[in-house]
Amino acid sequence: MTTPLPIDQMIDLRRGTISREIFVSPEFYREELDRLFTRAWLFVGHESLIPKPGDFYVSRMGEESVILCRDAQGAVHVFLNSCRHRGMKVCRYEQGNTSLFVCPYHSWSYTTDGKLQGVPLYRALYDGTLNREEWSLIEVPKLALYKGTVWASWDPAAPDFLDYLGGAIDHLDQVLDCRDGRPGGSEVIGVHKWVFPSNWKFAAENFLGDTYHNPSHRSVDMIGIGPNAQRGLRRDNEYNKGQHAWVGHPAGHGMHSVLMPPTMEYEPSYAQYPAVDEYFRHCFYERKRRLGEKARLLPFTGNIFPNASYHGRQPRGICVWHPHSPTETEGWRFFLVDADAPAEVKDVLRRFYMRYSGPAGMTEQDDMENWLYATAASKGTIARRHPFNYQMSMGAYRTDDPIRGDVSLQITEQTPRNYYRVYASYLNGAPWSELLGRPQVRTAAE
Amino acid sequence: MRPLAWYQLREEIEEFLYFEADLLDQRRFKEWLDLLAEDLVYFMPMRRNVKFGQHAERENTKQGEGISWFDEDKWTLGKRVEQVLTGVHYAEEPLSRVTHMVSNVRLLDVRPSAEDAQEVTVGCRFLVYQNRVEYENHTFIGRRTDELRRVGSSWQIVRREIILEQNVLLAKNLSIFF
Ligand code: FES
Ligand SMILES: [Fe+2]
Repeated sequence: MTTPLPIDQMIDLRRGTISREIFVSPEFYREELDRLFTRAWLFVGHESLIPKPGDFYVSRMGEESVILCRDAQGAVHVFLNSCRHRGMKVCRYEQGNTSLFVCPYHSWSYTTDGKLQGVPLYRALYDGTLNREEWSLIEVPKLALYKGTVWASWDPAAPDFLDYLGGAIDHLDQVLDCRDGRPGGSEVIGVHKWVFPSNWKFAAENFLGDTYHNPSHRSVDMIGIGPNAQRGLRRDNEYNKGQHAWVGHPAGHGMHSVLMPPTMEYEPSYAQYPAVDEYFRHCFYERKRRLGEKARLLPFTGNIFPNASYHGRQPRGICVWHPHSPTETEGWRFFLVDADAPAEVKDVLRRFYMRYSGPAGMTEQDDMENWLYATAASKGTIARRHPFNYQMSMGAYRTDDPIRGDVSLQITEQTPRNYYRVYASYLNGAPWSELLGRPQVRTAAE
Repeated sequence: MRPLAWYQLREEIEEFLYFEADLLDQRRFKEWLDLLAEDLVYFMPMRRNVKFGQHAERENTKQGEGISWFDEDKWTLGKRVEQVLTGVHYAEEPLSRVTHMVSNVRLLDVRPSAEDAQEVTVGCRFLVYQNRVEYENHTFIGRRTDELRRVGSSWQIVRREIILEQNVLLAKNLSIFF
């Protein structure tokens, strides 16, 4: 594109409308890849996938394949999965252990810290010209390890990951910490990968706190598939007595969490499995003892800007929505459990995760159906003249009360409005101070 | 040359598999559930791209551990049927049009004997075609290994392993039965 796109006209936060163009147009998609996915911190994987030196796991950042790898010294790297010579994918296995990545094309080879080591016929053909030091695998300039998760940004000027997270860390911790409140300690027990014909932002928005789409899951709630299925519904009602909160953060993250009363008590769950119920009861009180007041915050769903979504408890995992095209997305879901949970607990959880989540999951199949046809029915010329409505609960939030962020105590589209405000800043090429900061222009309703 | 009883048994088992496929294609889901044993295992692994030599060990996710596409029991399949029958399971509402093709049927094991078969392990190839709403088409191709148990004059499925020939799933959903 040579002319700047009128992104500010497409996203009208005063009125609460967003153009369908940003969900279907190839021009906006290109801009997203160039200006957003090259700068924002992206979820790459989890250290439990690469526990030993030489372990690698092939992941994605935006449209591109990357290698998450632990070198011989134990340090973690993320490399673009493309040979420096002619671009061949140097690794086409999903996961494994190696001392070298040998390019299948002309056999250049790279060590696990990315250095170009082997160049066939080096002396005869390249001596004095090719400086190996300069032709390492392309490595992300910014990498962060946080409680087992691995994140990366292609922008050397990106702020530190924790500054990027801001107040969202309070919520993300509830996903990554042990159920009994010990920090970290999760492991990935499997990764779903599938493609679906929908814009990637539909999926991200779903997790930003779109509690309003609950009726689309009527069928699973009618039949009951939760760990307590005899009582119906698709999961346990753990948050029965809590105050639900929808929270937006200045850097674009958003979530639906719950603030439990100070007197919070364990809500019996997993009733079909007494040993599992007992385990979670123990974890609940242990967590309360450990974290005190902080234990009141419990997670539902959330989205770390731009495309790393999570489910906090039932089920528990991180989904990444990798763009393939404006109208096609590859979903990767990393399922999490506490690494040291008893075998029976892990077994009950994995079975629940499978029947709930992803393309074979009874709950999320209905999400995919909605995202597909919402995308498809927005492609038309006439459809594109009419924006989506984002007017729900305009202005109905308080800042940093009672927790960090813009907090709404009713179902709201403030979290997506906030998300698209930040999204527009990326597309406008804004400096990091703006990308992390509070909005300059407030909506009329505020 | 195998005994005649073996060919008769294969014929009977093929008939059963075709009948079963037809129940699904005719959307007679509850009758289909009746063909599943109470102790059913229904398993579809995810497939990985692994280095030569590691296929036996690492290509497929394993039953009983971690995450697969399906690793479930009759209760869960019953729930899937119930969900379709609510009429508000939007991923199957309106219902998909589905055809199951079953071929390459081979008896892999017969117990105790072809003459008095009580349990049979049968391998086949499947091609499942799904068409939904207006333009959505999916073709699922792969291998299946079924353990069948004789119940009266018919058979029940005790274990079904479905090997789908895909790595990244190329369909938005697995909302149909295999
Ligand atoms: S492309 Fe890798 S060695 Fe030529
Ligand atoms: Fe949903």
